[in-house]
Amino acid sequence: MPRSRGSRRLRTALALFAAVLLTACGARTGEYTPTGSAAEVDTSGDTVKVGLLNSLSGTMAISEVTVRDALMLAIDEINAEGGVLGKQIEPVSEDGASDWPTFAEKSEKLIQQDGVAAVFGCWTSASRKAVLPVFERHDALLFYPVQYEGLEQSPNIFYTGATTNQQIVPALDYLREVEDVQSLYLVGSDYVFPRIANRVIRAYAEEHGIEILGEDYAPLGATEFATIANKVEAAGADAVFNTLNGDSNVSFFREYRAFGLTAETMPVLSVSIAEEEVRGIGAETLEGQLTSWNYYQTTEGATNERFVAAYQERYGSDRPTSDPMEAAYTSVHLWAAMVEKAGSFDVADVRAAADGITFDAPEGTVTVDGATQHIHKTNRIGRIGADGLITEVWRSEEPIRPDPFLRAYDWARGLSAGEAP
Amino acid sequence: MTDLLTRRRALIGYAAAAVLLFALAPLVLSDFRLGQFSRYLCFAIVAVGISLAWGRGGMLVLGQGLFFGLGGYAMAMHMKLADAGDGGLPDFMLLYGTAEALPWWWEPFRSPVVALAAVLLLPMGLAAVIGWFVFRRRVRGAYFAILSQALAAAFAILLIGQQTTTGGANGLTDFQGFFGYSLLDPANRRTVYFVIAGTLLALMLLTRQLFRSRYGELLVAVRDSEERVRFLGYDPALVKLAAYVLSAGMAGIAGALFVPAVGIISPALIGIVPSIQFVIGAAIGGRASIAGAVIGAVAVAWAQTTLSEEFPSAWTYFQGGLFVLVIAFLPGGIASLWHLAARRRPRTETVMAA
Amino acid sequence: MTVILSQSFTGISIGAVLLLIALGLSLTFGQMGVINMAHGEFIMAGAYTVYLLQGPISSAGVSLLLALPVAFLVAGAMGALLEWLLIRRLYARPLDTLLVTWGISLMLQQLARDLFGAPNVHAEAPGWLSGRITLFGGDDPLTLPHARLFILALALSAVVVLTLVLRRTPLGRRIRAVVQHRDLAEASGIATARVDRITFFIGSGLAGLAGVALTLVGPIGPTMGTNVIIDAFLVIVVGGIGQLRGAVVAAFALGVLQAVMEYSTTVSVARVTVLIAIVAFLQWRPQGIHTLRTRSLA
Repeated sequence: MPRSRGSRRLRTALALFAAVLLTACGARTGEYTPTGSAAEVDTSGDTVKVGLLNSLSGTMAISEVTVRDALMLAIDEINAEGGVLGKQIEPVSEDGASDWPTFAEKSEKLIQQDGVAAVFGCWTSASRKAVLPVFERHDALLFYPVQYEGLEQSPNIFYTGATTNQQIVPALDYLREVEDVQSLYLVGSDYVFPRIANRVIRAYAEEHGIEILGEDYAPLGATEFATIANKVEAAGADAVFNTLNGDSNVSFFREYRAFGLTAETMPVLSVSIAEEEVRGIGAETLEGQLTSWNYYQTTEGATNERFVAAYQERYGSDRPTSDPMEAAYTSVHLWAAMVEKAGSFDVADVRAAADGITFDAPEGTVTVDGATQHIHKTNRIGRIGADGLITEVWRSEEPIRPDPFLRAYDWARGLSAGEAP
Repeated sequence: MTDLLTRRRALIGYAAAAVLLFALAPLVLSDFRLGQFSRYLCFAIVAVGISLAWGRGGMLVLGQGLFFGLGGYAMAMHMKLADAGDGGLPDFMLLYGTAEALPWWWEPFRSPVVALAAVLLLPMGLAAVIGWFVFRRRVRGAYFAILSQALAAAFAILLIGQQTTTGGANGLTDFQGFFGYSLLDPANRRTVYFVIAGTLLALMLLTRQLFRSRYGELLVAVRDSEERVRFLGYDPALVKLAAYVLSAGMAGIAGALFVPAVGIISPALIGIVPSIQFVIGAAIGGRASIAGAVIGAVAVAWAQTTLSEEFPSAWTYFQGGLFVLVIAFLPGGIASLWHLAARRRPRTETVMAA
Repeated sequence: MTVILSQSFTGISIGAVLLLIALGLSLTFGQMGVINMAHGEFIMAGAYTVYLLQGPISSAGVSLLLALPVAFLVAGAMGALLEWLLIRRLYARPLDTLLVTWGISLMLQQLARDLFGAPNVHAEAPGWLSGRITLFGGDDPLTLPHARLFILALALSAVVVLTLVLRRTPLGRRIRAVVQHRDLAEASGIATARVDRITFFIGSGLAGLAGVALTLVGPIGPTMGTNVIIDAFLVIVVGGIGQLRGAVVAAFALGVLQAVMEYSTTVSVARVTVLIAIVAFLQWRPQGIHTLRTRSLA
């Protein structure tokens, strides 16, 4: 009688199982306090490990591989000058594979197995949100190098890319004040950054009397933009605010041009197109369009000249540098400066030493704001040239203080109901 | 005689698996590796369902991500609401200020009982509806596979599009507690592992009983010749439907357990790619044998972790190569190696099932 | 009014892209029953061909036109190689070809990343394709971009040529004979293994052509194939396995439906609606628009 045998076996298994569970239960929610720092930074040898967590395969590899390259450049520079606290930096590279649970798993691996002092990487907000609980649980450090949607402030993350008030808000100021834009059309990819950015834009537009004529989202990776271009043309706005990511930009701008829309008739201001993307889309399609970033390959200054030269010498003279790469490069140097100031690799010490750290970055001198763990950055509006490079046409007078929750802007009140402490 | 022998061998096999899962693994593996192992075992639970629907039923279920996601989201919604406390909103709704009140369809998930029921009922209910129509109309083979993919893709796009209420592309993440127990405590994470391992073993035993029952024989008969079974007076559609619904239920359970174990559920786990990965695990292990499917799922996930740690920039070559070699040249999967080694023909003529 | 017209044209041009990416599958999947997930990577190979040819040939127009035959050969050769190495061993297990070719597709993507770099590359569109035809002049003209018209023409000519080859040439007769009754064909002296390889070569070559066309509307990158592969299969499933006519009707129907839904709702909703509509349609006609008795796929 297989059936009764089976159910007896099953009953035994279940009873055993229940017994195991009862003995294995730990703390209730809210009652658990980690005993000591879970993250053990391994500083025993002559080297100190840091983690590089970027997508080297999958859809996001398009962007993230270049960030990894820039991180490696910074690490080698620091090592050539003697390392950090006398120790050489040993990078441990992991592939996030464009998959958010993989990011979480790999970050745990870097922290627990490798004992890294800090992790550099992540690109999409989704990957950052996925790893955030891991870093908080182990009280470890992540340096995040990409512009993002703000509304976040974790003691375990340093944000070296722009938050909304260093990229989106100045871009809107520029469109309103310099280009005299009265109406906007919003086009974005369907994920967190464009949706939050567009809420910020709507709040700003309401305050300043700008009309929003349409708002469209395309799934990430979508390459069919004829309809959206058709809608944009029919709406006839003064300008388009573009938060599309990656591949979609190619199709969007091709279609945009095919409909006879140009930078003269209806300029597009993009916040996710940097030099690397311009190369993939084609400068002739993008010529004259606007971007908003904190850094361009053409940004003036001796530091940037050195950075571009070093990067191209290492990876090829046809490789452009871009804002996220620069922010990644800068993040390693900032971390090194924090460690040197703290005199320790310990996360708590590094965090305590962070406020006021400055670094002479390719984009100009940046300063860490200890309260938000973001950095002060200058905004630059650029125009895409026929050579594929972006030249600055306007910039903020001074580095903008990071304000991830837009607390200093009256019109932004109510954008976020839950504010971080 | 043979039957007694195989039964005894199966008993030994399950006992060994229990020792491995409950004693050996927690002893040897670090907290981190045990957490990874929990994830592999979730995939193994999906694979048990695949071996039922595909290995025995001949339905290439290429959309298991859909059911995995339904179970996962049901559990994740409950955990989010439990974290938020009485009457609270999940943190992502507060943070992005997008929802003033909880959407009505979130409300039932406050109750742990409803959530647990939903983990099973949502995937199984949906599978019943889809299967009812699809199998009635005798959609099968490649049509069925591609249709499953389309549904999984549609579900993922739907979730991404409804960012204000589903968390969009980010999915649901950052969970504090699991039915009142803190997930920060390593002891509780270990317990989650035990729950998963226990569930896997229980489902393997149940499925084994099913294979050996009259229904199991009927299912194989339908797979091998649907028309003949029809002439015998059975309704093949109903036979297939039952297997499909059960496999959806298992995928749902796996999704629900994945959430406390890994701490995230997102549309990235639902679409076409993860759905294919689920099936590949089962195919590599041996689709027609439960143990084979389970071992395959764990092996593929483990290989993925190890290869990507060793060769972060080239591991997809190895992974792709592994799929190609095993599936093309070892149709019965890893399980058939064991049969070959034992110089014994497979007990059932199932390895060539497509 | 012109919005409706221009949106109809958009639908037709989406349909033309769908038709091109699915055309090769109508042979390899529709006729031979091979579920080739690496078809998307053959499309990618076609697109990279355009990029590579632009190196030595500076004129974008010449390189694009030259890319058409070259991409056909490159992707076709890749397909024939794949058939010879793996697929011919798997004709008895059609659903397994899906999993095996999935592995191939992963490897080809990584290969593209290693050969051409992870970021997208760019191929310039020739000047004569970046213009547009404007109908009904005045305030609200109807715009028909040249690139879209080119793709439409390319898709339709490919259909015509393929139909002629299948209907009128000895090769076509052999292909159809093998599809309809392999044993009988073999008995009548047709080298079926050779016919299989040639059929696979043509089907994969058509993917290369699609890749050339896609460079006019989208990016060239390692993951471009994965973006389109499911759509391509859906076209064949809706159209009905084994029939070119069905694929043509299905491609344009899906294109127009997508365009109409996109205009009245959002892209995401449109995608979901189209996918659900396909599932519902298959309830009504489980074998697609046109059915033909062929080698069973079940």
